[in-house]
Amino acid sequence: MDILLQQIFNGLVQGSVYALVALGYTMVYGILGLINFAHGEVVMVGAMVALAASQVLLSAALPPLLVLLLALMAAMAVCMALGFVIERIAYRPLRNAPRLAPLITAIGVSIVLQNLAMIVWGREYHAFPQLLPHDSHTLGGAVINDVQLIIVLAALLMMAGLMLLVHRTRLGRAMRAVAENPSAAMLMGVDINSVISVTFMIGSALAAVAGLMVSANYGIVHYYMGFLLGLKAFTAAVLGGIGNLRGAMLGGVLLGLIESLGAGYIGDLTGGFLGSNYQDVFAFFVLIAVLIFRPSGLLGERVAERA
Amino acid sequence: MTATSDTLLELSGIGKRFGGLAALSDVSLHIKRGEIYGLIGPNGAGKTTLFNIVTGLYQLDAGKFTFDGVVYARCKPHLLAAAGIARTFQNIRLFANMTALENVMVGRHVRTRANVFGALLRNRATQEEERSIERGAKELLRYVGIERPAQTLAKHLSYGEQRRLEIARALATEPRLLALDEPAAGMNATETENLKALLQTIRSSGITLLLIEHDVKLILGLCDRVAVLDYGKKIAEGIPQEVRSNPAVIAAYLGEEAA
Amino acid sequence: MRFGAKFRPVFAVLAAALLLLPFAIDALFGHGWVRIADFALLYIMLALGLNIVVGYAGLLDLGYIAFFAVGAYNYALLSSPQLGLHWPVWVVLPLGALLACVFGVLLGAPTLKLRGDYLAIVTLGFGEIIRIFMNNLNAPVNITNGPQGISMIDPVQTGGFSFGTAHRLFGIEIPSVHLYYYLFLAFTLLVVFVSRRLENSRIGRAWMAIREDEVAAEAMGIDTRNVKLLAFAIGATFGGISGGLFAGFQGFISPESFGLMESIMILCMVVLGGMGNIWGVVLGGVLLTLLPEAFRHGAGPVQQALFGKSIIDPESLRMLMFGLALVLVMLWRPAGLWPSTQRRRELTDEDDDVVKQEQDTVYDSNK
Repeated sequence: MDILLQQIFNGLVQGSVYALVALGYTMVYGILGLINFAHGEVVMVGAMVALAASQVLLSAALPPLLVLLLALMAAMAVCMALGFVIERIAYRPLRNAPRLAPLITAIGVSIVLQNLAMIVWGREYHAFPQLLPHDSHTLGGAVINDVQLIIVLAALLMMAGLMLLVHRTRLGRAMRAVAENPSAAMLMGVDINSVISVTFMIGSALAAVAGLMVSANYGIVHYYMGFLLGLKAFTAAVLGGIGNLRGAMLGGVLLGLIESLGAGYIGDLTGGFLGSNYQDVFAFFVLIAVLIFRPSGLLGERVAERA
Repeated sequence: MTATSDTLLELSGIGKRFGGLAALSDVSLHIKRGEIYGLIGPNGAGKTTLFNIVTGLYQLDAGKFTFDGVVYARCKPHLLAAAGIARTFQNIRLFANMTALENVMVGRHVRTRANVFGALLRNRATQEEERSIERGAKELLRYVGIERPAQTLAKHLSYGEQRRLEIARALATEPRLLALDEPAAGMNATETENLKALLQTIRSSGITLLLIEHDVKLILGLCDRVAVLDYGKKIAEGIPQEVRSNPAVIAAYLGEEAA
Repeated sequence: MRFGAKFRPVFAVLAAALLLLPFAIDALFGHGWVRIADFALLYIMLALGLNIVVGYAGLLDLGYIAFFAVGAYNYALLSSPQLGLHWPVWVVLPLGALLACVFGVLLGAPTLKLRGDYLAIVTLGFGEIIRIFMNNLNAPVNITNGPQGISMIDPVQTGGFSFGTAHRLFGIEIPSVHLYYYLFLAFTLLVVFVSRRLENSRIGRAWMAIREDEVAAEAMGIDTRNVKLLAFAIGATFGGISGGLFAGFQGFISPESFGLMESIMILCMVVLGGMGNIWGVVLGGVLLTLLPEAFRHGAGPVQQALFGKSIIDPESLRMLMFGLALVLVMLWRPAGLWPSTQRRRELTDEDDDVVKQEQDTVYDSNK
């Protein structure tokens, strides 16, 4: 029983991170109909910047919590700028282009970011400093530590904030309008370009937070960390119904749970034939199954694309 | 089956719901061979829903769908196309990046058979089939009056030509029933007149026509019989003159304009 | 054929050039580059296979490398000491093609009703699943030898003639890489031929109709599900064949060769070269094989010459340049370097595109 609970805890923590990253994918997709393939690398850049900032600040002997906040702000600022630039350079000029062209530039940007990071930070794994208490708590036989609690809480907070932003503000209304019908939004006086820019920046800021979370949780930063994370988060977004904010959150948390429960029980399920190294397979199988039976994702609208 | 031999399409008690909304309830109508049948009604009356049921895009929730003596319970569009129902689209859905000729050639797909092996070996039968596809397609382009080179990309045709190309593409499937979804939408007076002439020619070649139109004048001038839908129900049916003076129809249209 | 009488000389020159190419490359750049040319041919085959799926039928497949993996592992398992089997190549290669085809249908049947991007992510997941299985099927029963991969795979050999060793023909010593070049060239030409024939056929038109507008295609009587499955199956078959050839050529395979990045690379070849245009895709395959290699060989020495030492890891620099090249080429030519005639025309005059204006999207609304 405590193993089940433990796997659920782990799944929630991982799922919160997926959800935050998935939001970035889903927002951009909702507005541009574009898979922002480089988003996973933005997470990585966020983690790297947070690492660099906290190393500098720690050497200045600042208190850890302040370091954390400053590092987070630095990561968010850099990532927002990065998101802005990526959209300007790689996507905006291609809005009238064939559908796959921006996907290729996105892949190109992703490769560039990954290798830039490798050049700057090298191939090795970097230890991420402990800025948060790692005290463990036992809850119903399962263990969860402070960092993990904070990750879940922070993710909830960010998501609530985003929902407020989208549903309660002028900007949010403009975003929804552009997602719904760009030309009508433009006629109503919405500046589409700046809405799109802001969307990228918000998504990137969330990615920065996610990057910091992953680094703090595992204590490791690596130039390649964004790739699989991005892939999983995108999967989560699709699982929940891409273009749908609530769907991205649900998909993220579900994917986290599926993975950790799958990894925990796959051995028993297959009589020991498959081990936890099949964790990723599990996630993808579930994804494929969901899409086959509910092609628009869990919360996706069943938009009849027909006549 | 023999009793309905002069009826091509028979719908009886058709119902269709979207969520809690009944888009169509208990609609019955029959279309006779060789006639031009019009379907009119105010916005949201369920014309397009009915049209999509006839062409297989939507499955009906209740009722019976009989085409040429065969009952179709659940049917996909491509099977109905094979059965002899072809359609055009209200918002023009051509294969934009294919040539005008290729668009019509695609229409021949359902009446031809060449498979992968035929394509690879390009044997005599395949070559002959390809030639006949091309010949037939060129003929159809002339038939609907597209003068531009057959190699023009569909999206570079004028609006009126695109509408005509859609008709040519539909005719290429050798339909017995040609269903046209607002064929005159967006056309000017001359274009509409030309369209009217074309539709009459098509009918005289033995093809039955089903027409949805907003342009009541066009439909009254062209159709043999007309059905009027309002709020998902058929409120009138008959020859145009009758329908025009039907109080329920007048109320439905005036009601809409007054609102 | 398409080439009329006046093109015959051109055709002959081209054929001669292709035949002499490995010797020219060998003389000018050395043996290693002939090997790279061999790989280029393999990639062209793959890209042409993917082109049927993406370029013709418009189905975004991000897991295409899985079919390559199926073909390669099929060959490796049936012609290596791994399972102690050494089946003849004329059994193994067709079997690999068939197996890949079956996998294509198995993947396609339940997923092809999905809309574009959903299909992309499902195929991506499928590709990862195949790779993870290859990576882990070494325990409890060792089938694939896991991450270590399978080595000592038999070279392509038939009737006592092995492509794995040099042969003396017509008094000329022809090394193994050259022999493989000719073998791959033959297969590539076959794939080009098949692609061309299909493109200009009833089936090809049906694919393009689906790419352009699936609803309209279905309304015209095209059984979209079957026709899409066909595209998947044929694309997968090409992948399976080149996978088998790859295994025989390399003599060693491991799951590393079949990652998502490889799928993406092949997709880049198709899109960068010019989707739907065979010669564009061939160009994409050649460029994306050669450019990274050129960077690999050039990045170190150029730095040495400029700065006297290697400042930046040449491998990262190579990928960096590659990523930049992808972005720049796409910005410069969004329809690819060598788009099909239709797409080229599309780019020259967009303005009288009535349909597109009507079906307004964000792409149109803020030019």
